[in-house]
Amino acid sequence: MALPPYASTGQRVWHYTFRVICGLIFFFLIAPIVVVIPLSFNSQDFFTFTKEMLSLDPAGYSLKHYRDFFSNPDWQDALWNSVKIAPAATLLSVSLGTLAAIGLSQPHVPARRAIMATLISPMIVPLIISAAGMYFFYSRIGLAGTYWGVVLAHAALGIPFVIITVTATLVGFDRSLTRAAANMGADPVTTFFRVQMPLILPGVISGALFAFITSFDEVVVVIFVGSAKQQTLPWQMFTGLREQISPTILAVATILVVISIALLTTVELLRRRSERLRGMSPG
Amino acid sequence: MSDTTDTGGPVLAADGTPLKRSLARALRRQKMRALLLIAPLLLFILISFILPVADMLYRSVKNGIVTDTLPRTVVALADWDADSGDLPSEAVYAAMAADLKEAAAAKTHTKVGTRLNYENPGISSLFRKTGRKAKKFDLEGVSSWKEELIDINKGWGDVGNWRTIQTYSPPVTSGYFLNAVDMRVGPDGAEMRPEAERIYMNLLGRTLWMSLAITVCCILLAYPVAWILANLPMRQANILMILVLLPFWTSLLVRTSAWKILLQQQGVINDILVWVGLVDDSARLVIINNQFGTIVAMTHILLPFMILPMYSVMQTIPPSYLRAAKSLGATDWTAFWRVYFPLTIPGIGAGSILVFILAIGYYITPALVGGTKGTFISNQIAFHISSSLNWGLASALGAILLAVVLGLYWAYDKIVGIDNVKLG
Repeated sequence: MALPPYASTGQRVWHYTFRVICGLIFFFLIAPIVVVIPLSFNSQDFFTFTKEMLSLDPAGYSLKHYRDFFSNPDWQDALWNSVKIAPAATLLSVSLGTLAAIGLSQPHVPARRAIMATLISPMIVPLIISAAGMYFFYSRIGLAGTYWGVVLAHAALGIPFVIITVTATLVGFDRSLTRAAANMGADPVTTFFRVQMPLILPGVISGALFAFITSFDEVVVVIFVGSAKQQTLPWQMFTGLREQISPTILAVATILVVISIALLTTVELLRRRSERLRGMSPG
Repeated sequence: MSDTTDTGGPVLAADGTPLKRSLARALRRQKMRALLLIAPLLLFILISFILPVADMLYRSVKNGIVTDTLPRTVVALADWDADSGDLPSEAVYAAMAADLKEAAAAKTHTKVGTRLNYENPGISSLFRKTGRKAKKFDLEGVSSWKEELIDINKGWGDVGNWRTIQTYSPPVTSGYFLNAVDMRVGPDGAEMRPEAERIYMNLLGRTLWMSLAITVCCILLAYPVAWILANLPMRQANILMILVLLPFWTSLLVRTSAWKILLQQQGVINDILVWVGLVDDSARLVIINNQFGTIVAMTHILLPFMILPMYSVMQTIPPSYLRAAKSLGATDWTAFWRVYFPLTIPGIGAGSILVFILAIGYYITPALVGGTKGTFISNQIAFHISSSLNWGLASALGAILLAVVLGLYWAYDKIVGIDNVKLG
């Protein structure tokens, strides 16, 4: 990567131009997210930097959009709904998903590819199709517009992520450990909770975080399957952006960016821990 | 066990059963256990996801409403030859009167009208107007229902209307699909709609080309980034990786609203352009609510999905290959184009299919920044579900979209393998 001392002028010029191009692409990736943060402290109801903000005048900044978010009942209801729906959906997809991932990683599974394709399909099928199908079907069985309908739908959407992360962790799992545990008299349930689970926990947790963010971020399915009582944060943002665009959205966006930074850090730490553990166990 | 082989009989396991059978049983048990672990989830996915999608697909051909509401008419109409140009017989009119009386009492006559109106605009008013009087029909007291019905509404004397009823009386129809590909059932079978009425194929074409444009933009932007991530020392690469992963983890709505704010006419980008002097204040650029806005925002949103597979492929290419090519006399460009680039094609392929699959089904971003010119087929599906309530057509459009996506998914599975999907 480093430029060799014998590089020609042309190579030098290209080397630095290339770095500038990469810098611009990184800027393109991160700038739209970063720009939202200072704008959310705007004391005016504008979506752009005011003169006071640019001259760093304290009068140009305020917390009024945050105050609005925490006092407005619409936003508070939406936040509360999101907080109620996402963990339930995550719990459902993680418990069923982990069990199935363990089953899938056994050496002899009939029709493994077909089962895998079926379980991953919610990730591949366009959301609008899932949403339409669920809307028609759930209204027929009386689940549309209910809390459990939305939880069920979100759990289905989160399952592929749990399956992918947990099976990836299980690839590095040493089967002789479970045999050793059984040999020493542990029953399958004890083996699972005392031996297997602690080792695959990083994969399970990052799968859970993926499932959580899928449900927490999801708009299309909840719009169709849910009713006004299940209005979540992203739904409220969607209607906000569509109809009367209010600057409170910027405050919400900033809060969500902070949440995603926290989730990203957790997943990265878990991934490193899992790689360390895998490096230690033989095979 | 070695002594059992001496006897020449089958090899026995410890409990005395032949080893072969014992092994088979163990294997069967293992399979059963694996399946039992998978079964709850499989059942869950079947009920919460696969059945709903299958139900939607069935809806795209389902057409029970005409037979359910007008059962007698459907039977009576079966023998009528629409091509003869004559109106149906007296018996058909009588059956229709009886059906309408019942339907009007159950208030289902407008539903049939709405359904047939998708195929023959105007026919719903015929049903609505006749339905109002149908409740008071005296089925025995009228000698000729043919005259009576035509008297109530001239539409009953139109062969075209009867043809529509007859065409859409079977319980399964291809009508929605024909509609979805801009065709209709004419007097001589399926035919294309007039040029001005062709919407959906244009929309599908636009969805495909915009997804392609987004994929190409993603390839162009992701390649240098993936290369620099794969070639920098670990520590620096990890820091830059955060810049890729943060957008990946940030809420889709946040990124879309950020673009909405940036691209507005009074937004940050236009402000900067005016401030720099590139654009006059009175001639601010329109870069939102059109195709440009959709392509920019979606390229940004989908870029991490291209960078990550490219990066994982480039990481496995030893840098010594490039050095070897150069030491054999290749220029920088030849070494890249003949040695490095071909090795990265699997990464490009994997990323492109992934981005294309995700792009083609997008709904939220085009709905918010696409205006009318930059919307996708998903937006039309949503419109037919929630606004026009033509669920059959929505399902048919969905089925076509699903077929395209599943084809690509199959290709992805062949090229990359679904087991190799990696996240983060």
